[in-house]
Amino acid sequence: MELILALAIGVLTGSGVWLLMRPRSFQVIIGLCLLAYGVNLFIFSMGRLYVGAAPIMSKGGFVDPSAYADPLPQALVLTAIVISFATTALFLVVMIASRGITGTDHVDGKEREQ
Amino acid sequence: MVEQNLLLLLVLTPFISAALAATLPVGSRNAETWLAGLTMVVALGVLAVLYPSVAEGGRIIGKVEWASSIGLDLTFRIDGFAWLFMVLVAGIGMLVLLYARYYMAPDDPVPRLYSCLLAFAGAMSGLLLSGNIIMLVVFWELTSIVSFLLIGYWYQRQDARDGARMAFVVTASGGLCLMVAMILLGQIVGSYQLEDVLTAGPTITSHRLYPVVLVLFLLGAFTKSAQFPFHFWLPNAMAAPTPVSSYLHSATMVKAGVFLLLRFQPALGGTDAWFQLVTGAGLITMLMGAFVALFKHDLKGLLAYSTISHLGLITALAGIGTPMAVIAAVFHIVNHAVFKASLFMAAGIIDHETGTRDMRRLSGLARAMPVTATLAIIASAAMAGVPLLNGFLSKEMFFEATYVWNNGSPLDNAAPYVAVIAGALSAAYSLRFIVAVFFGPAATDLPHAPHEPPALMRLPVMLLVAACLGIGIAPQALLGGWLESAAMAILGPDLPHFSLKIWHGVNPALIMSLIATSLGILIYLVPRRWIDQGEEGLRITRALDFGRAFETALQFLTVRLPRQALKLTSAPGLQAQLRVMVLIGMAAAYFALGPLDWNIPLPEINSRELVFALLWLIGGGCALAAAWQAKYHRFAALILMGGAGLVTCTTFVWLSAPDLAVTQLLVEIATTALLLLGLRWLPKRNVEIPGDNNLTSRFRRLRDLLIAVTCGLGMTAIALAILLTKPGNSIGDWFLRHSYVEGGGTNVVNVILVDFRAFDTFGEISVLAIVGLTVYGLLRRFRPAPESVERPRPQVEAEEQALEAYLFIPAILMQWLFAPIIALAAYLFFRGHDLPGGGFAAGVTFALGLLLQYVASNVRWIEARLTILPVRWMGAGLLIAAAVGLGSWIFGAPFLTTHYQYLDLPLVGKVPASTAMLFDVGVFSLVVGAIVLMLIAIAHQSLRVSPRVRSADPEEPN
Repeated sequence: MELILALAIGVLTGSGVWLLMRPRSFQVIIGLCLLAYGVNLFIFSMGRLYVGAAPIMSKGGFVDPSAYADPLPQALVLTAIVISFATTALFLVVMIASRGITGTDHVDGKEREQ
Repeated sequence: MVEQNLLLLLVLTPFISAALAATLPVGSRNAETWLAGLTMVVALGVLAVLYPSVAEGGRIIGKVEWASSIGLDLTFRIDGFAWLFMVLVAGIGMLVLLYARYYMAPDDPVPRLYSCLLAFAGAMSGLLLSGNIIMLVVFWELTSIVSFLLIGYWYQRQDARDGARMAFVVTASGGLCLMVAMILLGQIVGSYQLEDVLTAGPTITSHRLYPVVLVLFLLGAFTKSAQFPFHFWLPNAMAAPTPVSSYLHSATMVKAGVFLLLRFQPALGGTDAWFQLVTGAGLITMLMGAFVALFKHDLKGLLAYSTISHLGLITALAGIGTPMAVIAAVFHIVNHAVFKASLFMAAGIIDHETGTRDMRRLSGLARAMPVTATLAIIASAAMAGVPLLNGFLSKEMFFEATYVWNNGSPLDNAAPYVAVIAGALSAAYSLRFIVAVFFGPAATDLPHAPHEPPALMRLPVMLLVAACLGIGIAPQALLGGWLESAAMAILGPDLPHFSLKIWHGVNPALIMSLIATSLGILIYLVPRRWIDQGEEGLRITRALDFGRAFETALQFLTVRLPRQALKLTSAPGLQAQLRVMVLIGMAAAYFALGPLDWNIPLPEINSRELVFALLWLIGGGCALAAAWQAKYHRFAALILMGGAGLVTCTTFVWLSAPDLAVTQLLVEIATTALLLLGLRWLPKRNVEIPGDNNLTSRFRRLRDLLIAVTCGLGMTAIALAILLTKPGNSIGDWFLRHSYVEGGGTNVVNVILVDFRAFDTFGEISVLAIVGLTVYGLLRRFRPAPESVERPRPQVEAEEQALEAYLFIPAILMQWLFAPIIALAAYLFFRGHDLPGGGFAAGVTFALGLLLQYVASNVRWIEARLTILPVRWMGAGLLIAAAVGLGSWIFGAPFLTTHYQYLDLPLVGKVPASTAMLFDVGVFSLVVGAIVLMLIAIAHQSLRVSPRVRSADPEEPN
């Protein structure tokens, strides 16, 4: 389980980073999304992996924290998901606005001189 | 307790009034004046009430608890000295505000002026009443900021902008020095309370850091009080409207520096270094200021340099530091404020009524405006130090202080001579002001015909001149008590007996005064023609004006140097920058983690995990394929990315994070919809980009691939290493234990978001709102590329009929689904506190429901039936969240404290109800607003473009 998730994080991050350094703005936006998945999973996994132990309590009584998944990374990732949506939206708009103004979808606003 | 609250009131009222003043309509000069004047009257009233407690060395200390756990409390403190200064701030403030009503032109935006002036009064009050030395610096910098805004009031003028910038850079840099000095002081003394610092004099002066503290402290005080060599900003600040010059740059703000010198004299003073530096700077400034003032042709320029000179006098007195010198300094602060404020106002009146401030053009105004002339003549006589006026008394005390006390150093031996020469120059420029402006033949070439100003404009000047006369004739009766209280506050209770008298008999001070005055008359009258019409001073004095050197230095530091640095350090283009960033990140991770002991036992994969492995085979494959295809096949890449997202979502379900899974799934839908909407505006990618397959491009890709693979491997290693170690104690345990007991909810993730860490969530939804508005703002001025403007190819090729029927069945289904989706959103929302769901999830669901309607039908059709005002949703969301947070203050609890209980509703059963849920309503509303705003703003672009295309169509030759 751990190994698979670690590999998954690696693949997502690697694909994201590669796209991040590409010249077309759409590539960068996809890259950021993939990177976000990778990073979110990474932060989430810092609480370690639990199967069938969602942090939903019984009402009252003694609570044994080791029987539940760590809720803190989950709360962090939840906000991260929403914020990464917002940044994607912002970047998308910057991208299409820049394309409208400069006439190209190159990240620098002009094609590379060959 | 009442008195402590009154102290707080003194500081807060001006700020509240400033906020009110800013909201009044542009032309409302009268309303502004009433508001501001009443604020000052309130302040004066409070001061009158407080006087008995601060007289005779008393003080009031009020404390507002703020962050006591880290030793940060707002301490306010008033004693006789601060009280006297406050009277100046409020009293002269009131007169200036009245004067400004008549000075400002009807088309000047007065709310800005009044609001800034009131904010200045507040900042100054805070500075004077701070009981904590760090807080003092904060208010100190606040006065610099407000001064910047006020000097730049007529920002359309170049000189106003330059003057404002210069004043700000000089005084704010001094403020930074002061802050360092205060921090060091606090460390030396072991307390940041003013009270403790003032009584720790011996500890401070014997500390090895004393010279550093002293120099930094003096840099702060000298820059503010325009002491040589930092004096040059003050003349340039005269670009401000005259009420501002009169209030800030002569009567109050520039006195903050000398206030600080006198205030900290018991703590930092009494050493030889203090005397040499402070008195030295004071005497040089006094002499230089008086000399330059004599040659200025601009009325305000003359007054500015005269102010510099008088500030030098007070500084010199603070440096001498004997009890009589301190009393003289406080006395002169008051006297100078009174006569200089009135002179500035008189200069403003002359400027206002004649249209010029140039003394070479002004002449014989005594005939045209006799009352103003009389007032101005009395005030400048006070400035010159003529007997029976207030300036005479404090100047005489100054003369006395320079010769009575002597420590034998050359500076102290020279002091009396410097004082007499400066006094003579001061008499000379005062005389010049009187003679050149008011006497002689009537001027002929003035822009306006001079006449008396409105009576109310003159009233403030009249009152101040009356004060000059009153203090000059009956000093002990009018000011003796206040002065004694002020001096006691600085020096402690054992004050030598003093009495302010006009006639002390023939003593050295009187003789010095007589010499100075007669010499002054000679200095002006003998070379009069040369001074009146010649250049502005000698070459050497012009060279001493460091304004130009300052501009050159600033140009170098803010333009040339950064440009050079940029040339050296910047990378061309975003790709190279990102690459460097990634590499730095990798290097940082390597150096941080490299030395650790990596001993990872490789786990075995059992059969149950095989499904998980298969899942990620798909997910990873999707991610890699998306990375591969994103350049030429955007749509495919988008779908593949969605695949990776769905696998991520499944992973969350698998690994006990239902909340994350719900949110991820919903956000995934929204992201995909968003990107689909954006695809249309990108260039067609049917042919290969030129040069895409040549050698350099291939090399670049290979290099980036290596970096990316290394990144991925690194992340895998780190993640695996952490996952395979046993977790220690997590703060998550605390949340698990207390979620139900203290938060009243069983879904811990949601309780963390809306209760334990609600403030973070509040910040986060604010970010969302900002992004939403930015997207909206950016798209309002959107200009698409010409080739994207025409309708997409499938639409053009399809028949009109087919287009109508397109999505016919799905559209009906989507319309039917609207109500169930809203119900689902409500369901997610209400169960949120106890089960997976919550405001975020519900908000995104609701927004998607709306989006579906847009997809299903014609935008115009839908908008005719459904009014959505996303900005209001967002505003309401923020307001609700903030109001819930503030609500807890009513019950005396900290911001965003929640209260909860279960409600028993008929039919529904027990429902969790807590204030956190109201907060969640805010989150919900904001998320709906922001997402709808973004999606609809992008979707609307096609609508905005189409009419233009249609109108262009007929022109095309068919």
